[in-house]
Amino acid sequence: MTSTFLADKRSGPGTDLPPPESVRARGRGRRRVMHWLTAVSFQLPALVLFIGMVLLPMLFALYAAFFRWGGFGMPSDYVGTDNFTQLFDNPVFLGDLWRCLVLVVLSLAFQLPFALAMAVLLNQKLRGRAVYRMLFFAPYVLSEAITGVLFSMVFAPDSGLADHIFGAVGLDGVGGLWFADPSYVMATLFLVMMWKYFGFHMMLYLAGLQSIPRELTEAALIDGAGAWQRFRNVTLPLLAPTLRISIFLSVIGSIQLFDLVWVVTQGGPDHHSETMAVTMFQYGFKRYQVGYASAISVVMFGICLVFALAYQRFVLRRDLEGATTTMRGDGK
Amino acid sequence: MTARKTTARTLPLHVILVAVGAVMVVPLVYAVLSGFKSTDELSSNPFGLPDHWRTGNYTDILAGGDFWRLLGSSTLIAVGTTVLVVAASALAAFSFARFAFRGREALFTLFTMGLMFPFAVAVLPLFLLLRSLGLLDNPLGVILPQAAFGLPMTIIILRAFFREIPGELEEAATLDGCSPFGFFWRVLLPMARPALGTVSVLAVVTSWNNFMLPLLVFTDNTWWTLPIGVQQFQGQYSAEYARVFAYLVLAMVPALAFYSVAERQLVGGLTAGATKG
Repeated sequence: MTSTFLADKRSGPGTDLPPPESVRARGRGRRRVMHWLTAVSFQLPALVLFIGMVLLPMLFALYAAFFRWGGFGMPSDYVGTDNFTQLFDNPVFLGDLWRCLVLVVLSLAFQLPFALAMAVLLNQKLRGRAVYRMLFFAPYVLSEAITGVLFSMVFAPDSGLADHIFGAVGLDGVGGLWFADPSYVMATLFLVMMWKYFGFHMMLYLAGLQSIPRELTEAALIDGAGAWQRFRNVTLPLLAPTLRISIFLSVIGSIQLFDLVWVVTQGGPDHHSETMAVTMFQYGFKRYQVGYASAISVVMFGICLVFALAYQRFVLRRDLEGATTTMRGDGK
Repeated sequence: MTARKTTARTLPLHVILVAVGAVMVVPLVYAVLSGFKSTDELSSNPFGLPDHWRTGNYTDILAGGDFWRLLGSSTLIAVGTTVLVVAASALAAFSFARFAFRGREALFTLFTMGLMFPFAVAVLPLFLLLRSLGLLDNPLGVILPQAAFGLPMTIIILRAFFREIPGELEEAATLDGCSPFGFFWRVLLPMARPALGTVSVLAVVTSWNNFMLPLLVFTDNTWWTLPIGVQQFQGQYSAEYARVFAYLVLAMVPALAFYSVAERQLVGGLTAGATKG
């Protein structure tokens, strides 16, 4: 028996497989159908799950966003694009967009460079580096909700650890109310996010650094390049794919931020730490304005989509080759 | 001589690492120590070791049934999610990696698109769907969506791994009369154990830490998971800081213990997922 499910291996990327000589023309059509059915039957469980639990709900949200709807029965009160126009008049939602941008900028300015510095540091032969790596990454495995509760205690006004530490070094005025202070709440949240997530980015960078051949930096050393020059002109360009992925994940993470904010502030004080997901949650599950909340979901989806496509088009394309561009030949 | 020179060079680096390490560790140690204090002592003696070590906060929680019930449902949901997502993804990844068929590229793109969309975007319509299916207050109401959202990453990692297995093996298996499924089940899966371990660890951690979905799906405490339990406990005992700290610490222990055994798989999976996705 000629095995048709080997076709992929033999055809390789981007080529069409010439039909085996031994296969008679008459039998080929049926065999191809059988082959297709076999291949697709392996896809079925994943496909059913994915369509049912990911695609259909999202499409339904897109539909519901055009209705005034409390979430019970089927939506019937069609309001056109009212939900969207109201949304972009809503100062809280516009604030969500602004705060999302602030988090992205803070992350790009502080978290990722810090993670990179730590990765470069721990990529050297230092005593105990394995321990540090494990330690810096450890918060990543904690639930965001549990992390939130921990830091709501650490930053509790007056009684928390942070106030005691700042008080002990004579900085009583710094922070103060932390999460309860409108002008400090985002900065404090960002500190917690950095505590929890910089280790993750550090691990990505470490993996990237370890894939850079030592010969390259050694060659630069022999050519007389200083440490900064070696980093700037050899390491950084070669690390670019990893950096782009890490930036992407960081932005997507900021867009969907929910657990931490919900546990610590629920968006307060007075919406000063609210995120899009929190606003959506408030309208959808607390006020039962499900149509309006669906519109928020759709906008979040749109932002993700536009960002992902633009990023892929302009930034990621080279890095993803081989991962998302599959072979064209379908083994005919 | 050289040893001393290296020490002098690396000393500032060690100072930085110790400082960063302290920032990472202090909140955790603070929580552990605070759990051994009384709430009164917390305000009079925030940093130091407890005057006398009260184990009451910890033992009270461990003696009650609530904590164990949360631990049990977190475990059940994590295991259920992992089994489902890994099984469905392995089948799909096998088909993507070893078959050539019409529509494969479109289908794979569909799955990878799922990677770009955060859970929070779909949670509202998902909730409505689960409600209409009668899956609220049912562990399946969390397991099914979690598995569905885990598919893209799992498929991508497994597909990359399956593609590296030499074609000769497949030919040999086929010549010996193996069906495609026979090859998948008897040859590919046993060989793919490391990759399966990696994606399983990822799925367990993601499920374990999920907060938003269980918060919505479980309206009463029968199936609450640990993150929900911690949040509720803090709300309930907001004045008793020491008890909340003890609860927090106990809730973190399983995740940190799991991390200490599965660190390699977790880091490997995350980096593989990021670079391949």
